[in-house]
Amino acid sequence: MNELLAVLICLAGGMTGGLVGVGGGVLFVPALTVFLGLGQVEAESTSLLMIVVVALVGAYRQNGYGNVRLREALIVGALSPLGVIVGVGLANHVSERALQLAFAALALFMAAQLVRRARSTT
Amino acid sequence: MPAGATPDHAIWKLAAIGTLAGVFSGLFGVGGGTIIVPLLIFWFGYGERLATGTSLAAIVVIGLFGALAQGGFYGNVHVATGLLLAIPAVLGVVIGTAIQQRISQRAVSYLFALLLVAIAVELILS
Repeated sequence: MNELLAVLICLAGGMTGGLVGVGGGVLFVPALTVFLGLGQVEAESTSLLMIVVVALVGAYRQNGYGNVRLREALIVGALSPLGVIVGVGLANHVSERALQLAFAALALFMAAQLVRRARSTT
Repeated sequence: MPAGATPDHAIWKLAAIGTLAGVFSGLFGVGGGTIIVPLLIFWFGYGERLATGTSLAAIVVIGLFGALAQGGFYGNVHVATGLLLAIPAVLGVVIGTAIQQRISQRAVSYLFALLLVAIAVELILS
């Protein structure tokens, strides 16, 4: 039963990824921890492997639909390790709670901007 | 310069998006997509479909770096479990991208805003 639920949540995670262009980790990680009993670090690491496969197939499909700018994507991807180093450095100097609240505020701000922008384009 | 190519000054903005995506995936484990898609829309005026497609391609690279670091250096990746669960996930992404071509770009923005609110709530409650 738990395995079936994990499969269904991963299906939903993939669909979310395809619909809005994210990797799906937001659903894969809980599927792995809650239903398959993996630890948080193992779940996040295993989720990364799934994200690579999902994003690869998703990007391939989107490229077929004419929705990928490959050069731009490679530049964004190539610079991400630099960001990870900055992120780890930040995590060592700022409280985790402050970072969580800051990112939550940023997410809400971007959500509001997206909605405002979508409503103004008819 | 070919049509649709990115001018040089914009490369710095792309670099900033990549760095920010790395910062947040490093901090919270949520992938860079939550940052990449909105910033491609706000800073480059991408339509939602182009932003989400380009984001997926960038995530391949970001995820590869992360998975190699975790799997190569720390051995935390459960490869068999990950590959098995990737089967329904891949089926999902094929369905998701197909649905996305049939709904309005505005609807994609609303769905994305919903995801961002859910992430914010989860961060606040955690």
